Amino acid sequence: MNSSQLFGITTLAFLLSSAFYIGLLIFKNKKIGLIGLCLAIFGATTLTAALGLRWYESYQLGIGHAPLTNMYESLVFFAWCIALFYIFMEFKFKAPVMGAFVMPFAFTAMAYASFAKGISQQIKPLIPALQSNWLIAHVMTCFIGYGAFAVAGGLGLMYLLKKSAVNRGLTENSLAGGLPELKVIDDLTHKTIIFGFMWLTAGIITGAVWANEAWGTYWSWDPKETWSIITWFVYALTLHARFTRGWSGSRIAWLAIIGFVSVIFTYFGVNFLLSGLHSYGSS
Amino acid sequence: MATKSKNPVWAFFASVKLALFLLILLASTSIIGTVVQQNQPAEQYVQQYGENMANLIQVLSIDDMYNSWWFLALLGIFSLNLIICSLERIPTVIRLVRKDNLTTNPERLHKMRLHKSIRFNGSLAAAQQAVTDYLAGRGWKTESRDKENGPLLFSQKGGWTRFGVYIVHVSILVILLGAVIGSSTFAQKVLHKPDFAFKGSIMVPESQETDFIFAFQTGDKIDLGFTVRCNYFTIEYYDNGMPKTYLSKVTVLENGKPVPLKNGKTVHYLEVNRPLTYKGITFYQSSYQPYSDFLVSLTNTNSGEGHTHSSIISAGKQIELADDNITFGIINQETRGEAVQRVKIWFTDNQGDPSVFWLNNDQEAVIQRPSGEYTLRAKQLYATGLQVTKDPGVWWVYTGCGMMLFGLFVAFFMSHRKIWAHVYEEDGQPAVIFAGSANKNKVGFENIFSALIDGFKESKKV
Repeated sequence: MNSSQLFGITTLAFLLSSAFYIGLLIFKNKKIGLIGLCLAIFGATTLTAALGLRWYESYQLGIGHAPLTNMYESLVFFAWCIALFYIFMEFKFKAPVMGAFVMPFAFTAMAYASFAKGISQQIKPLIPALQSNWLIAHVMTCFIGYGAFAVAGGLGLMYLLKKSAVNRGLTENSLAGGLPELKVIDDLTHKTIIFGFMWLTAGIITGAVWANEAWGTYWSWDPKETWSIITWFVYALTLHARFTRGWSGSRIAWLAIIGFVSVIFTYFGVNFLLSGLHSYGSS
Repeated sequence: MATKSKNPVWAFFASVKLALFLLILLASTSIIGTVVQQNQPAEQYVQQYGENMANLIQVLSIDDMYNSWWFLALLGIFSLNLIICSLERIPTVIRLVRKDNLTTNPERLHKMRLHKSIRFNGSLAAAQQAVTDYLAGRGWKTESRDKENGPLLFSQKGGWTRFGVYIVHVSILVILLGAVIGSSTFAQKVLHKPDFAFKGSIMVPESQETDFIFAFQTGDKIDLGFTVRCNYFTIEYYDNGMPKTYLSKVTVLENGKPVPLKNGKTVHYLEVNRPLTYKGITFYQSSYQPYSDFLVSLTNTNSGEGHTHSSIISAGKQIELADDNITFGIINQETRGEAVQRVKIWFTDNQGDPSVFWLNNDQEAVIQRPSGEYTLRAKQLYATGLQVTKDPGVWWVYTGCGMMLFGLFVAFFMSHRKIWAHVYEEDGQPAVIFAGSANKNKVGFENIFSALIDGFKESKKV
């Protein structure tokens, strides 16, 4: 058994989990949701083992670093964060149908890591700039934030779907019938954004401290840095709009989605479309 | 507050709408600089965007937009908005925190979302004592005031947490202040002290030293006030050819004497992610430059103390050491890219045939000659490229970052919790009504409140 096999199993588990959660959304049978949850937990456990094994394998190769150093590893870690955060949410807030809007993100991240062209799965040694203890702190804080924002984006989508169903006066039997109350989704979106915002802030700060250690400047307006602060502004705006202007509902749902688009651009767009200091994250 | 808000300028900066608008503006304008490449030569913009757009780019300083007057002005307005918004609201928060909660009409407790009445035996005074002691034992120190039908007790925790959001606001200002203090532009143009804060670089060849650097952008020479010597530079590679380590061994000198650094040693191993700080100036390993010259050191191991002779020579030129009657030189070399792999040494002590042999770069060879034994090391000469920074504002920035995380935690996860207890008489029996409220995390407080009540019921039974 090697880590790539485990990553493969995880991808499959997340695919099935997403399918079952979508099944729950359509058929509203609680058992289907339970299978979705079990698959998500199974996938997350396998993924944890796979990450641990990859870490171990890197030591076997005489390289020896945490599996958080390139696009492949970050995607896998992103999926891990989304899945764990989601499982935590389901246990805490007991709204399994959320899985239909969140687990597909975890699956997409895994599938993209495994099948997209130009993403190398090889374990490579670290270039000098990445040889730092800040690496783990920086990547972990950022991706916990990204994971939370993925969930918030899914919740935003769910809110808008439910809202449009409510507006059209659809009944319990419609697709959106099984979704939680609008107020509940709204509240969860808000809480998730707060959680993500804390971690994004910590991620930007650890990045700044690290940059100062490695390059002698904590902020250089490199595209990655700039996009992370743009994302930060978007969520800061969301929180202020809610706290001071009482925004809620559809507006916050849209902001959660816009915020997540900004996260995705910070993560991928910058690597693929723009050039800068974070270029090692692109392959 | 009412008088202040009549001033239209103040009112403008005190508005949350402005804050939201500025956040949108900062977010959207920031995008420009990630799409248009920054700090390129003017011709490139002409080539890429055409004459007219390139003009616009120059006029609006979009080629260096994060330092442009309009972006800095935007940040300035943002700061002003932050300060005035906070000043506008802090008095209200102080009033909320200082509020005398014992003026509360006990009747109101019955209408609060969290409340619970419990009946007692015994006297009113004993009941009051029991409640006071219980709450104090649970960490809720109470104040009391007599009301018409019995005393009202009150206790609160975390009033200060209402300032959490202002800690975050101040932290942003502290970070921006740190950025100004550490800005080389500020040091040059406002303080007229370019050595107060700077960023620059210098190339130092091995075995050479420098007591100045060149500032970025202006190219001005800035004196360090001490000397830095590069003793040695090397690049290590992984088996797959990726660079593993860029290493410079450097020594700081004051008045020509090596200075012991933090670990007591005079040589610092400078690597990426392992900078050297001395007297507030930090040196970073940032680049290198290979030369076609060689650094050769020769030791006569017979001559007791091992006298070493070091010299920089070019390939094809021979060196004569007249005192020792030795002549040597590098007559050939093998390179991979710019890096020399091995060199061919020609060496003679003018007794017998000369020694001619290949020697790997930066390896030592032992040469047996009629006149004795020699060790020779030849290394391609490199210059290390150091980035040199003096940023007296960085600790402000770090303090601000710490404050921000702390402030966010307080603002989001800590709350101002209040507990009232009114002891009164009902049907000739004492009774107590507990009530509580929290400004945030209401579910969490509900649990605390019910645990408190349950605990009280328990304690009464005993």
